[in-house]
Amino acid sequence: MSKVYLSYNNIISSLGFNSNSVVNKIHEGGSGLTKIHDTSILPNPFYSSLINAPHLEAAFSKITLKKDYTKLEKMMITSLHDTITQSGIEVNNEKVGLIISTTKGNIDALDTNNPFPENRSYLHELAHTITAHFGFKNKAITVSNACVSGILAIAIAKRYIQQKIYDHVFVVGGDLVTEFILSGFNSFQALSEAPCKPYDKNRTGINIGEIAASTLITKNNAKLAPEAVEILGEGSCNDANHISGPSRTGEGLYRSIQSAMTQANVSHQDIDYISAHGTATMYNDEMEAIAFNRHHLENVPVNSLKGYFGHTLGASGLVETIIGAHSLYNNTLYPSLGFEDIGVTQPINIITKTTPQPLHTFLKTASGFGGCNTAVIFKKHIH
Amino acid sequence: MHDNKSYISSFCRIKNNHVTLNGDTVFSKEGTYSEFIKSAYKNLDIKYPKFFKMDRLSKLAFIAANVVLNHENVTPEQEENIAIVFSNKASSLDSDRTHQTSIQNKENYYPSPAVFVYTLPNICIGEISIKYKLYSENSFFIFDNFNAKHLLTYANNLLDTKKADKVLCGWVEYDGNNYDALLYLVGNKGKTEHNTTEINTLYNS
Repeated sequence: MSKVYLSYNNIISSLGFNSNSVVNKIHEGGSGLTKIHDTSILPNPFYSSLINAPHLEAAFSKITLKKDYTKLEKMMITSLHDTITQSGIEVNNEKVGLIISTTKGNIDALDTNNPFPENRSYLHELAHTITAHFGFKNKAITVSNACVSGILAIAIAKRYIQQKIYDHVFVVGGDLVTEFILSGFNSFQALSEAPCKPYDKNRTGINIGEIAASTLITKNNAKLAPEAVEILGEGSCNDANHISGPSRTGEGLYRSIQSAMTQANVSHQDIDYISAHGTATMYNDEMEAIAFNRHHLENVPVNSLKGYFGHTLGASGLVETIIGAHSLYNNTLYPSLGFEDIGVTQPINIITKTTPQPLHTFLKTASGFGGCNTAVIFKKHIH
Repeated sequence: MHDNKSYISSFCRIKNNHVTLNGDTVFSKEGTYSEFIKSAYKNLDIKYPKFFKMDRLSKLAFIAANVVLNHENVTPEQEENIAIVFSNKASSLDSDRTHQTSIQNKENYYPSPAVFVYTLPNICIGEISIKYKLYSENSFFIFDNFNAKHLLTYANNLLDTKKADKVLCGWVEYDGNNYDALLYLVGNKGKTEHNTTEINTLYNS
């Protein structure tokens, strides 16, 4: 079976509009989270990382002068434009696929005050807009599987290449910070009123952030990005336990990691770094610590990147994987921002400062509502 | 490239106030969707009180999955590796609209976690996984139309890579007053070949 790689990539975020500038900001310890008090979105103040609208307009206007794109579409198109340009791949080709990862898409179009018509909230409309903008020959595949969507989209791309349907798949993920999302998480009492602190004993919940990210998944190893990684194995297993709370035993995540390790033919000793989900809710972080311990991964350096952007929903798994690939390329572990004192009952090795270290292989995990979990193992490509 | 031959062993369709199993009607009742699906639940003797807390999309997927999995003698007591691959057009927009109504007016603001949790299409997969103890591969996809080729490709990958022994595939759509579910089970046994022609035949019948 041919090898499959994650190659060119882009991140549109509060920390910058390309992957290198975002990773440099993380290297310097910068966070994109700021306090926001906007009662049109939420009655109480909240922390979030928002994409600067004038910056987005400026970047988008270099791509097209066409109007009638939503903010999310502008974010996703700007990101994907950069990735496609870097790759040099012609997308009007039957062997080139497009996967879109989002939880809520243009959900703000449901709001009667939103200038766009309600039908823009259909995810297939979002997919059509992006497909048409770039002229992809194939219809997009949209994955909406809660908070694992971004990392699952990478696994799906690999699977399409394995089935010989596509040679190259572009993956673009994005979600917005909206009243819809914040009011919902707030009704769960899951939102923190301070910057989130994944795995910390004083953690008080999540921040929601917005990002668009994109990458090329390809079987062609002739022209890969410097930071390219090989996708060794993946798994996406359900907890079969609860629709809005993670399993107390981490069963679905445990099985996802097992599935990925078996396919990748690696053991816990081969994993140099874990990019975990780490939402900073009590139950999620605890569940992850349990699942990692069940796999004897407690000594492997681990971080959550939620302290930099908050939880970016359908983009999170994708952006965190991209940063993981850069982490391997830079041979540098980045700190789990917000962490001070261990706040989970099982030992895990949280990264507390930027640390140069030889890195070869990393595990990316995510978990979400509906009991879903995904784990994917990546290995540095040696050029 | 698909290595081993796979088959569709059974299928359930729910639309137009009818529940059918392998083409035969197992339940029908005139009336609204709410009346119909509640009667189907009682008539099929499912006995699972969590059903009443589910949103309309989850109820639809849950009943269709029950009809197929019961027919296949799948039980929570005997664990099986059955993946779930669902798709639709409207995602969770039915519950999304309910949540939006609860926040639209600041003078009448009542967002609720019981509604919000259903504003994701894959929650219905979670409901089925909990009932049948399926700790298996699962994913929800959105397309503008029924996409047999996608369902075939993805199910074949899960079978070929031994991620799953069987795959419960299909389409579960609830939008406005329109509903339609087609779920079918794919594995290494059955009479119907697993290919796009057969899948489309099921959908178009």
